Amino acid sequence: MPKLTSKLPILLLVGTSLSLAACAKKPPKELPPQPTATSTTTEPSGQPVGPTPGSQADFLASVLADTIHFDTDRYNVDTESQGILQSQAQWLSRYPGKMVTLEGHADERGTRDYNIALGERRANAAKNYLVSLGVDASRITVVSYGKERPIALGSDEASWAKNRRAVTVTVQ
Amino acid sequence: MKTAKFALLIGLASLPSLALPGLAFAQVQQLPASSASPAAQPAPADAGGLTGSVTDESEWQDLGIAIPAFPTDTSVATAAEGGNTEALGRNLARVVYNDLKNNGLFKPVGPDALPGIGFFQVTAPSFDFWRGRSAEMLVQGFVKAAPDGKLTVGCYLYDVALGSELIRQGYVVQPNEWRRAAHKCADMVYSRLSGENPFFDSKIAYIAETGPKDHRRKQLAIMDSDGANHRFITNGQATALTPRYSPDYSKIVYLSYLNGYPRIYVYDIGSGQQRLVTEGKGPTFAPRWSPDGKFILYSMAIGGNTDIYRVSAQGGPSTRLTNTPGINVGGSYSPDGSRIVFESDRSGSQQVYVMNADGSNQRRISFFGGRAATPEWSPRGDQIAFTHIAGNFRIAVMDPNGQNVRDLTDSWQDEAPTWSPNGRIIQFFRTERNSGKTGIWQVDLTGRNERKLNTPVDASDPAWGPVLP
Repeated sequence: MPKLTSKLPILLLVGTSLSLAACAKKPPKELPPQPTATSTTTEPSGQPVGPTPGSQADFLASVLADTIHFDTDRYNVDTESQGILQSQAQWLSRYPGKMVTLEGHADERGTRDYNIALGERRANAAKNYLVSLGVDASRITVVSYGKERPIALGSDEASWAKNRRAVTVTVQ
Repeated sequence: MKTAKFALLIGLASLPSLALPGLAFAQVQQLPASSASPAAQPAPADAGGLTGSVTDESEWQDLGIAIPAFPTDTSVATAAEGGNTEALGRNLARVVYNDLKNNGLFKPVGPDALPGIGFFQVTAPSFDFWRGRSAEMLVQGFVKAAPDGKLTVGCYLYDVALGSELIRQGYVVQPNEWRRAAHKCADMVYSRLSGENPFFDSKIAYIAETGPKDHRRKQLAIMDSDGANHRFITNGQATALTPRYSPDYSKIVYLSYLNGYPRIYVYDIGSGQQRLVTEGKGPTFAPRWSPDGKFILYSMAIGGNTDIYRVSAQGGPSTRLTNTPGINVGGSYSPDGSRIVFESDRSGSQQVYVMNADGSNQRRISFFGGRAATPEWSPRGDQIAFTHIAGNFRIAVMDPNGQNVRDLTDSWQDEAPTWSPNGRIIQFFRTERNSGKTGIWQVDLTGRNERKLNTPVDASDPAWGPVLP
């Protein structure tokens, strides 16, 4: 897939993430009952204060993005994704007690079993890059959702590009 | 097993002796002969399987089969559907009619379009009447209720033109298993007329889907091969995927996100209990049974690399069968258990490979356009069904050596084939573009007879079990 189209959703997500200062992410242990949208869940917050240091909201406000994207059937971490993960590694170095879960996803245009394996592979690629930046591997848990939890709902290249992703979620 | 209450009838002349509580296996004996002359016995159903080509079945389309309501000797109350044996007799004939109609080989006419027959006519058909209605074949049956509530169902197949009886069977069932008697009757007719092995009296495990595309609830569910007796197994709190019935129907192995991560569980239908297949350190998925039910194949990812493992169905240590960089996933045993067909992207994209059951001699068999995924070996051994990804996703079959590839479906996204017990029909699930709605479909090996199964909600990941004993 052409590079330009794969970049677009990242830029959109950055904007989304920054605007959702009060975004609340549940840790994966609480996820199974119902799929939870990755970065669109908002909780009403009338407090004008900044996010609590070390919180998921602080994480989202501090990093370039919580999500990196992949080309079809690929799992390599490209240059832009490296920049995103570097910003995440910096945050993690500030909060050495914090754990994260890396959620790997695939688009709908794949068979179910393979996509679980592919999501696992992508999340591990992101994990390995964070580890190469000095994050202790024991702080990172990986989970694959295959094609089970799309965030973009169309059946088109733009939607699939958004769904081929690895999302870093802090464990609160 | 819950099949203990089912018995093929041994002889209608000795009805009182038919109370055979706890009989575990079907027994076969003759019903009273009809007054029609018996036809010459056919050659036994072949055991060799299809070889290469598929018979053109178009001529079967004209085989008109009349199936009037099954009369009863005395209409009495029954717990089976209908409330009394007279109404039940009509429901039995309806089930037989729908089985044969949905198969695509026959053009049956059911009880709602035919006059009823008298009880005495079951064994003394009015052939002239049926010839006048252009029926070529005639299925007649009856139903009786014993004082203990058990039902006796007789099933006769007549050749109208010859005026002769082709075959007959009787069944004793508990009222709540009345549909099985009708499926056995349809199986008898199908087998006698097609020469193929039966398949109607079987069950399907699948995933029931509800909710919007980004909040999809996925529950483990089971149903009979015709969609009846539907039952949810899990409540949808945890996403459930990819079930497979054990060969004896006592268990279902499936994937659940129960504790937040994808893991395979063995669910015991009788007790409602489930356990992890393995305490392995990585996520486990894509579970499959061996044909004898003694082993489970599964795939496990370690550090992003996925390989196929085998573990005893009782638990214990696992044996790793693949060991290559990339994603090795799925796996389906040949019917004799000697080989496994599986999927791997070790060559760069999803392709189909075959290995010996111990993991030795791994070789790629798919060398055609596009990707090939989710291979499933036919219970007859002669074909491998798979998902053919070339632009759209189609259900396709090929020989076990990778030759003679044929696409059977043509839609936007058809995937995950599962074989009927006789290897003549393939079920799969179809996903609608954009909406993400799913449904279970089936297609026969000619690719001509395709239909959607009726399920209460959206459905995916069908897994067809064997014919019940």
